[in-house]
Amino acid sequence: MLFLLAAGLTLVFGIMGVINLAHGSLYMIGAYAAAWTAMETGSFLLAAIAAIAAAGSVGMVLEMVVLRRFYARDHVDQVLATFGLVLFFNQAMALMFGRQPLFVTLPQALSGTVLVAPGVPYPVFRLLIIAAVIVVAVLLWLFIGHTRIGMLVRAGATNREMVRAMGVPIRGLYTLVFGLGAALAGLAGLLAGPIYSVQVGMGEQILISTFVVIVIGGVGSIRGASIGALLVGGMDTLLRAVVPALLQHVMQGPDADALAGGIASMGIYIVMAVVLLLRPRGLFPSL
Amino acid sequence: MSETLTHSRARQMALPWLGMLLLFAVPFIVQGLGIPSLLGLATRIAIAALAAASLNVLLGYGGLVSFGHAAYYGLGAYTVGILNAQFVSGDLLFGIIPGTNQLWFTLPAAMLVSGLVAVCLGALCLRTSGVQFIMITLAFAQMIYFLFISLKAYGGDDGLLMRRPNIAPFINLHNSAHMYYLAVVCLIAYVLFCGRLMRSRFGRVIAGQRQSERRMVALGIQTYPYKLLAFVLAGMGAGLAGALTANYAHFVSPDLMHWTQSGDLLIMVVIGGAGRLWGPLLGAAVLIVLETMLSGWTQYWQIIMGPILVLVALYSPQLHRRLDLSA
Repeated sequence: MLFLLAAGLTLVFGIMGVINLAHGSLYMIGAYAAAWTAMETGSFLLAAIAAIAAAGSVGMVLEMVVLRRFYARDHVDQVLATFGLVLFFNQAMALMFGRQPLFVTLPQALSGTVLVAPGVPYPVFRLLIIAAVIVVAVLLWLFIGHTRIGMLVRAGATNREMVRAMGVPIRGLYTLVFGLGAALAGLAGLLAGPIYSVQVGMGEQILISTFVVIVIGGVGSIRGASIGALLVGGMDTLLRAVVPALLQHVMQGPDADALAGGIASMGIYIVMAVVLLLRPRGLFPSL
Repeated sequence: MSETLTHSRARQMALPWLGMLLLFAVPFIVQGLGIPSLLGLATRIAIAALAAASLNVLLGYGGLVSFGHAAYYGLGAYTVGILNAQFVSGDLLFGIIPGTNQLWFTLPAAMLVSGLVAVCLGALCLRTSGVQFIMITLAFAQMIYFLFISLKAYGGDDGLLMRRPNIAPFINLHNSAHMYYLAVVCLIAYVLFCGRLMRSRFGRVIAGQRQSERRMVALGIQTYPYKLLAFVLAGMGAGLAGALTANYAHFVSPDLMHWTQSGDLLIMVVIGGAGRLWGPLLGAAVLIVLETMLSGWTQYWQIIMGPILVLVALYSPQLHRRLDLSA
């Protein structure tokens, strides 16, 4: 999940050099679109299409209307503009769907569990997520590394003017890349829906973990994003499982639980700090 | 020619003094208008301007985009809040530090705490630059935010209520005019200090590394210690602002360090013009007045605020450049 977001964001960021706080909003849009379609039609497949299409198209429109003007600008301006977009989208969603979280029910086929090993049941849906992530990772790798468009995208990242001089319509290309990143965010939103609740502000929570993943992995590197996501996800789960038990020995009652939750959520930042101490540019710097 | 130069110079000198006079006159103006609630608004603006001014040290002069500045703001507020809670309960903090409600202790303590945390986090954050710096400052700020949410002993996400503000000789913070003057004096002191600082060698180095870090290194200057010092000074300024907020609102909560707060501070600096001495005051005034008006108008005020910010980001640099040319 984190990988999908981080991959989309690092794609946009690393290649286009834009810091996009609104990426979390695209994730939220994907989740809402999926939840809404699923409620109206009851079809998970339609919901999937809706999520990806909604996030992707909103992303492309966003790129054409707003972000295009900010490529040559300071990071401060980009941060400000996308921050404004976040506020806008949060309120727009609150206006359209209300502040109550939406819950997504899974279709029958996906809500059961299977035995992944003898005696170890595992929810089908989570397996689906893992499968989707692997498929996306492989496709992205093929797309960036082994297609003509991917090659142009990489070239555009290195020297935008030169690519344009060669007669490549770089603006359209960037819109496409941004749309792709947005569609990935939408996919992440779709998959997140049934696990977390769909609500306003869901984007920001995950956006910040995504930043951590990108900083750890190295900006602009898909491989870094995948390793970083694994590291952050694993660390977070591990700490949430272990720390409360440890603290129960030292303290008592709900205080210990609350503090443990706090320490566990700090864990990923500590990982980030350690990585930065050893490798200031992340594990897999792209250039 | 020289006459107009001296004329504009004189105008430049006179403008801040006039502005300060105006700041000090606000309570009387408000009283004259008969709208005492405006004084609270003015106090909030002054406090926010102080926080934005501290960010301006990093962003405006140093070109370092810190997106986690609210953390230091919140830390300052919590220092005051926690010391007050300890004072009320009579327990010792960590077994050694007694609580207090003396303003002249809590304000420096807030700055000290924020400064210390800024040393630690700044040392880490400044190893990166550019976008990574933005992301990492944001991430650390969120870390501190989550820490305070989980601190159930001090209210967790409900926040911490202060029954009464800090006390000090001759100052009664229940009196809104006293509160306002305290905030304004802190603001002016900090801004003047920054202005003085930026004319010093330190300020030259900070501004120099913004323009070209490589060139500064080529001149034989290690920029890292300078940047760290700027980071700490900015943290301390934000801590002071936080301490004032705690005294003004009688309430501290993790919301003070939420990342939207950091965003607000950034907006204030940019609206006022990054690297302008009094820019943060202007930015804070514009943003807070706008927020107050819009939120009074509709619950979904952010839907209007968002696009306004996009426009600000789009046009404010050009606007400021044009102002510079015409001045």
